[in-house]
Amino acid sequence: MEALAVQALNGLASASSLFLVASGLTVIFGVSRIVNFAHGSLYMLGAYLAWTFVSHGPLAELGGFWGFWGGVLLAALAVGALGAVLEMTVLRRIYHAPELFQLLATFALVLVVQDVALLLWGADDKFGPRAPLLRGSVEILGLRFPRYELFLIAVGPVVLGLLWLLFHRTRFGILLRAATQDREMVSALGVDQRLLFTAVFFLGAALAGLGGALQLPREAVTLHMDMAIIVEAFVVVVIGGLGSLPGAFLAALLIGELHAFGILVFPRITLVLVFLVMAVVLVLRPHGLLGRAPGAPPAGEQSPPLPRPLPRGLALAAAGALAGLLLAAPFLGDYPLILLADFAVFILFAASLHFIMGPGGMASFGHAAYFGAGAYAAALLLRHLAAPMEAGLLLAPFAAGLVGLLFGWFCVRLSGVYAAMLTLAFAQIAWSVAFQWVEVTGGDNGILGVWPSEWARGRLAFFYLSVLLCGAGVLLLRRAIFAPFGLALRAQRDSPLRAEAIGIDGFRIRWLAFAYAAAFAGLAGALFAFGKGSVFPTYLGIPRSVDALLMVLLGGVQTVSGPILGAIAYAGLQEQLARLTELWRLLLGLVILALVLFFPRGLAGALAHWHDGRRERRA
Amino acid sequence: MLAVEGLHAHYGRAHILHGVSLAVGAGEVVCLLGRNGAGKSTTMKAIMGLVPPSAGTVRLEGRDLAGQPPHAIARAGLGYVPEERRVFADLTVLENLEVGRRPPRPGLRPWTPQRLFALFPSLETLRHRPGGRMSGGEQQMLTIARTLMGNPRLLLLDEPSEGLAPVVVERMAEAIGTLKAEGLSILLSEQNLAFASAVGDRACILETGTPRHTMPMAELMRDAALRARYLSV
Repeated sequence: MEALAVQALNGLASASSLFLVASGLTVIFGVSRIVNFAHGSLYMLGAYLAWTFVSHGPLAELGGFWGFWGGVLLAALAVGALGAVLEMTVLRRIYHAPELFQLLATFALVLVVQDVALLLWGADDKFGPRAPLLRGSVEILGLRFPRYELFLIAVGPVVLGLLWLLFHRTRFGILLRAATQDREMVSALGVDQRLLFTAVFFLGAALAGLGGALQLPREAVTLHMDMAIIVEAFVVVVIGGLGSLPGAFLAALLIGELHAFGILVFPRITLVLVFLVMAVVLVLRPHGLLGRAPGAPPAGEQSPPLPRPLPRGLALAAAGALAGLLLAAPFLGDYPLILLADFAVFILFAASLHFIMGPGGMASFGHAAYFGAGAYAAALLLRHLAAPMEAGLLLAPFAAGLVGLLFGWFCVRLSGVYAAMLTLAFAQIAWSVAFQWVEVTGGDNGILGVWPSEWARGRLAFFYLSVLLCGAGVLLLRRAIFAPFGLALRAQRDSPLRAEAIGIDGFRIRWLAFAYAAAFAGLAGALFAFGKGSVFPTYLGIPRSVDALLMVLLGGVQTVSGPILGAIAYAGLQEQLARLTELWRLLLGLVILALVLFFPRGLAGALAHWHDGRRERRA
Repeated sequence: MLAVEGLHAHYGRAHILHGVSLAVGAGEVVCLLGRNGAGKSTTMKAIMGLVPPSAGTVRLEGRDLAGQPPHAIARAGLGYVPEERRVFADLTVLENLEVGRRPPRPGLRPWTPQRLFALFPSLETLRHRPGGRMSGGEQQMLTIARTLMGNPRLLLLDEPSEGLAPVVVERMAEAIGTLKAEGLSILLSEQNLAFASAVGDRACILETGTPRHTMPMAELMRDAALRARYLSV
């Protein structure tokens, strides 16, 4: 009994930290509609900066109470200032870009911050001092409980209370709440939105920085803090309802306690418990616990233009390049052939995600689930039934398609960020099945020896096979976009109500499209498995989903050829940069930022625009 | 007071306004009339900078505001009341008013919630009611009151009578009369000709984004042929 009480207190302490980060995320989203992927990076910077202030420089010499707490506050303020600078230099330019494009920009910031932190603080973990006044522990029900944790438990409600006062008792807060509902109207009433946005980024970033700084006496400061917290913070914000502070608080408590007790009750599925809860909440309450259905999209947001086939000249050039590549393949070494086969796989993977994002208008943060489903289907068939590669490649799309039907049935009911987060939850569930069901999947060790059949074992043969299957997959996806099915899909994306009114069953169409795309992702996954000779849980991991997302966004969501260009550009850049420099994340992040700022329609969009411009000038 | 010259505006590639010119004198109520889709609301939005004008000038007391962001135009003294009302649904009446509050303007008696409650008495009892839980008429009064909190020199009123019960329309006309008596200049877009004729001094008739006629309101009310040509459905 006593142990349970202490465990509950532990849960409350983590809930407070989680709430600090999630509150900043939800406040920023509420006003700016930006889903700030870099929020976890700000949290990490808060921890690193606090470590620096507390253990180096004048504050460290001062020591004692002010040495520590001064350092924590200074770190929070510094991160707040950095948030304001980021808003003014980067995010301000992309408020009118599509939601996912903003996500791409903030993801680029994650990459940049990763390498900057590595440069500044090195790879080894940093340990902070104990907090003055809060050292040692107190006795609760006969068990010792750290004072600092008790302090953290109080921080959450106090910050919630302060934020409530800010939002309801100050002019600034009232303006923020008004801007959350209708930015344009607020500016028509004479309020300079830019100041409001910069201020809200300062506030949100400072909260993240404070959350990170307060971790200093609790845990080591590492370079992995950003990704660990951002996923949980997203989960909290989504469960609570986007933009709702009390919701975020409730959800943080829920998740904090779930972590504390999950370990005791379901040790086997701890990794997935959080995502299971999120999935259940979203299925029952599509806008989170205290969230509300979003109003009409802000004025000025137009439905994107129809995807267009590439202009003729460019299409011919692309076909020429492909033909040249196929002819030149026999003269290439093993390494380029492996690389090119990978590219083919990524192109199909990206194209399948593009199908649901572009024409379908749905976002998926968990597309790797279907890639992995295909890979594991092929590998399991081979391992347990000794089925040959041909059977694996044939059945993988069906297996992934079935998984897509199952997950999609839940996901396509929601929209926007909620739908995206539900796809992420399902992908994490799939990932943890692969990771924790060791008897069948081999767990972390994966399944090895997934080799192609004899005839396809040569690098050249496998390259041709990859190009053939991926090419066919891309063409089938493309065929569907321009078929009546694709028209119906686009119709329900552009105007759900009008589409329903002319007899299009939006849910059914989205559901089938989701499964169709999943099937092709599965084919890509199976090919990848045979190319590598193994499968691992990382095939279903968040980074792989993010890779696909980046490829689609880089290429341009509203172009048919976008995912192809995006896949080549992203995979190629990553490969080249990783070979050139240790700091490939920094460079990749900067390149993505540059692309976002200068080619807001993606690579293919920019190319088509440039082509049109030339033609108009000639005419 | 307000002089608009050769205003053009586009939605994407669609050319909506083809050189709208109009003027509103000090203390004058000018009615922008025309059928649905004639460009009345777009004219309002282009003046306010919510739809950036592609050409033309918008002068308020001689100062050109075209091309400036909406908040700068609002600060210069234009108050915009949108057709869709757009009250902040989660904010109370008092909070809605607070969002609109701007510093007093020299030469104008500053608006306060108290003065506005005198103008729209029904708002006073609703002071702590969220904007989303009010009737259409109450919301319309709140939007006007909210914009007045910015102490504008000129009010852009986009179809204030739309969708309101006749008794509320009557009260709205009275309020506009009071504002006019205070010396406020108003540009009013209207479909409801009876309402427009009750409050307007002059009429400016738009057709397909082009101004066709400008004349005293009384003259338009005498000219049935003109009304049939441009206004009747």
